Amino acid sequence: MAVTPLLETRGLTKSFAGVCVLDHVDFTLRAGEIHALLGENGAGKSTLIKLVTGVVSRDAGTVLLDGAAVDLRSADAALSAGVATVYQEVNMLPNLSVAQNLFLGRQPTRFGFVRESEMRRRATVLLNEFGLDIDVAAPLGDYSVAVQQITAIARAVDMSARVLILDEPTASLDKHEVEILFAAMRQLAGRGIGIVFVTHFLDQVYAISDRITVLRNGRLVGERETAKLPRMELVHMMLGRELSEVTVARSHHVAGMAHPPYAVFRQFGKAGTIAPFDLELRSGEVVGLAGLLGSGRTETARLVFGADRADVGTATVDGRAARLHSPRDAVQLGFGYCPEERKTDGIVAELTVRENIVLALQARRGLLKPLSRREQDEIATRFIKLLDIRPADPERPIGLLSGGNQQKALLARWLAISPRLLILDEPTRGIDVGAHAEIIRLIRQLCADGLALLVISSELEEIVTYADQVIVLRERAHVTALTSDAINVTSILAAIAADLPRAA
Amino acid sequence: MALRLPRSGVPQVLAFLAILAINWTVSPQFFDIRLQDGRLFGSLIDVFNRGAPVALLSLGMVLVIATRGIDLSVGAVMAISGAIAASLADTHPLPVVLAAALGAGLLCGLWNGLLVAVLGIQPIVATLILMVAGRGIAQLITEGRIVTFTAPELVWFGGGSVLGIPAPVAITLGMLLVTLILVRGTALGLMIEATGGNARASALAGVGTTAMTMAVYVWCSLCAALAGIIAAADILGADANNAGLWLELDAILAVVIGGTSLFGGRFSLVYAVLGALIIQAMNTGILLSGFRPEFNLVVKAVVVLVVLLMQSPRLSGLGLLLSRVSK
Repeated sequence: MAVTPLLETRGLTKSFAGVCVLDHVDFTLRAGEIHALLGENGAGKSTLIKLVTGVVSRDAGTVLLDGAAVDLRSADAALSAGVATVYQEVNMLPNLSVAQNLFLGRQPTRFGFVRESEMRRRATVLLNEFGLDIDVAAPLGDYSVAVQQITAIARAVDMSARVLILDEPTASLDKHEVEILFAAMRQLAGRGIGIVFVTHFLDQVYAISDRITVLRNGRLVGERETAKLPRMELVHMMLGRELSEVTVARSHHVAGMAHPPYAVFRQFGKAGTIAPFDLELRSGEVVGLAGLLGSGRTETARLVFGADRADVGTATVDGRAARLHSPRDAVQLGFGYCPEERKTDGIVAELTVRENIVLALQARRGLLKPLSRREQDEIATRFIKLLDIRPADPERPIGLLSGGNQQKALLARWLAISPRLLILDEPTRGIDVGAHAEIIRLIRQLCADGLALLVISSELEEIVTYADQVIVLRERAHVTALTSDAINVTSILAAIAADLPRAA
Repeated sequence: MALRLPRSGVPQVLAFLAILAINWTVSPQFFDIRLQDGRLFGSLIDVFNRGAPVALLSLGMVLVIATRGIDLSVGAVMAISGAIAASLADTHPLPVVLAAALGAGLLCGLWNGLLVAVLGIQPIVATLILMVAGRGIAQLITEGRIVTFTAPELVWFGGGSVLGIPAPVAITLGMLLVTLILVRGTALGLMIEATGGNARASALAGVGTTAMTMAVYVWCSLCAALAGIIAAADILGADANNAGLWLELDAILAVVIGGTSLFGGRFSLVYAVLGALIIQAMNTGILLSGFRPEFNLVVKAVVVLVVLLMQSPRLSGLGLLLSRVSK
C-alpha cells in the first residue's frame, strides 16, 4: 500500500424490488487521477454514484474516504465531506447570474446584506482559474452548456470538493466545448482532486482518463490503466459476456433469403439523428442492430416505426410506397415496437395488464370498433397463458408487475395485432435470467412463425444466436452489415471498435 | 404516484348519503317532495336542480382532467353562451338560439384544444387565456348590461320539466347518458385513460393522442355552453359579469371528489356528477341550517382538504406504515 486512495468502495451492493442492480462492486479513486467509469445502460454506473453520494441507501458494503469509513446520507452530506457530483443536466439556476450561482447559499455578506460587487470579484477570480473570462453578472442561462458545466464544477471545487463526479458531462457539448472542459479537468487533477468521469464516448475516455473501471450488469468487470488497455479489449469488457446461459449455436434459416423483402428502406434518415441508411427486412428473418450506446440504434428503430419522422429517403412495405409519419401509420402497416424504456415509453402503469395488452389492437381498430369486455378478457387470458405472464391476473395494474413480466405484456400488446414486423429495443434488459431465456426463445419462435424482426441488443452473444444479419452502427451511422458466417462476437466487436477513418 | 386498484365509489356514495342525512337533521322537511303544476318541488329536488350546471361542467372537466389537463375557461364559456342565448332569444327561433350558443362553445373548445393539443401549451395557462378573455367577450356581447328575455322556449331550459323532473336535471341526465355512450360505448374511454396515464407510451402504441386531446376540450366547452344556457334560462337573462363565475373551481372540485386524480388516467363520469351533487348538497344544507352562506366556502375548503389528504401518496404511505407498526 503506497498511498491511501482518496475514495474507495468495497463490496457495494444494492437491489431494487428484488433485482440486484449492483453486486459487490469495488471501486478505487486515487488523488489526482481522472478515472473513467464505463458500462452500457443499466450496468450500474449511476447506481454506484448514487450509493457513494448517499442519494440512495446501500444494502451492503462500505465507502471509504481517505481510508476512513463514511456513511453519507444525502448529496448535502456528501458535499460537506468533499464529494461533489455534477450531472449532465446541470442543476443550477439559469435565471440567476453566474456569480449568484457560484455563491448561492454562501454569498459574502456585510451586516446581513449581500455584497454583490465582492461576489462578482470573487467569481471572476474563480472562473479565471479555469480559463474562463466571462461577464459573471450575466444570467447563467445565456452561456453555453460547457460554461454552465464549468461553473457547476467551479462551485463544487470552491466548496472544497476533493472528489468530483462528472456524470456524462460531455453528452451535449460540441468538440470545442469538450476541449474547454477537459482543460479544466486536467487542471483540477493537477491540484490533486480525484475525478470520476462517466461517459459513453470512447474517444474521450482515451483522450483524458488515466484509469478505467468497467461495470456490466451490476458487476465489476475490471479496473485497468487506460494506456495499457487496447480499444478492442475495452469494448469486449463492456459488451462481452461469458457464454453461460445462452450457449446455443446459431440457427440458420435457409428459406430466409428466398422471401422478397417485406419492408425496404432506401436512404432513410433524419438530419442530426441518424445518417441515411438502407435496410431490408424479410419475413422470417431477424436483423440485429449492434453498437455502443448513442451509436444510433434506437434512432434507427424510432425512424422505422415513425416515432421520429424521416426527412430523407423512402419506405416500401409489401411492394408499395408507405407513409410513416407517426406510430399510428406504422401500426396500421402492421409494425410493432417494444421500446427500451419500458416505464416511460411502454407501459401505462396504472392501467391493468388486460388494458395494456389490448391497447395497440384497439388503437388499430379505431375508436368506433371497441373490443367488447369479453373479447378483451379472451385476448388477455390467451396471451397471459401463452407468454406465462405472472401473476396471471389480467386485472392487476401492470405497474405492479416485475420488469420481465411487463416486457412480456408489452410483447403481448404487439402480438395481439398479429404484426408483420416487430421491432424490439433491448428486449432482455433489466429482466431476470429466467425471463431472459424465455424472451430469446420467443424471438426465435416468432421468427419461425414468419415475422420480420428488427432487434437491438447490447448482448452480442444473444444477437449472434438469432440474427440472420447484423448491422453495426457507429457515431449515428450504419457502418457495416454482417451476414451468415460472418456473424460472430469477434467480428461484431471489431466493427464496433474500429477506429474512425480520420483525415490524415 | 401511487398505484391504486380499481375504485369502488363507496366513499362518494357514503359521503353523499351522509350529507343528505345531516341536511335532514337540520331541516326535517328535507326529503318532502310535492308535485306542483306537473313539476316536482322540494329541497332534495333543489339539490339536483341547482347542482345541474356544475354537474354538466364536471362531465366535460372529468375527461379533460383524465388526459392530465385542466380547463379553467368553463365559467367564461358559460357566460359567453348565456350572453348569446339571451341576446338572440326574443328575436330568433329556438334552434337558431341553441345553435349559436352551442356553436360558440364548440369554437371555444377548438381554441383550447388547438393551444393544448397542437401547440403543446400547458393546459392551465392555455385555458387561462379564455378564462380571462371569455368574460370580456361575454361583456361585449351584452354591451355591459344584463340582457333579459321572455321567450318561453328558452325559459323552459331553466324552469320547465319533463315528466315532473326539472328540465336542468333532465338535460344533465341526458348528457350523462350521451357522454357515457360516447366514452364507454366506444374505445374513447380506454384511449383517454391510456393517454392520461402515459401519453408517450400511448402514442407509441398507435393512439391518436392529439385528436383525442382536442376532442375532450371540445366536449368540455360544449358541456359548459349547455350549462350557460341553463344558467341564463334560470334567471331569464344573461349577466356577463357573474354567470358561471368561479364555477370552474366547483367543477374541478367535483371531479376530484369523484375520485379522478389530477395526475390523469382513471376517471369516472358518474362519480364526477356525484361529486357535483355532493357540493350542492352541502350548499343547500348550509342554507337550510340557517348558517350564513359564508360558511359554505369554509366547509367546502374543509371537504377539499379531506379529499386531497385521502389522495396524497405520502399520506397513504404513512397510513401503510402506521398499520404495519400497529401489527
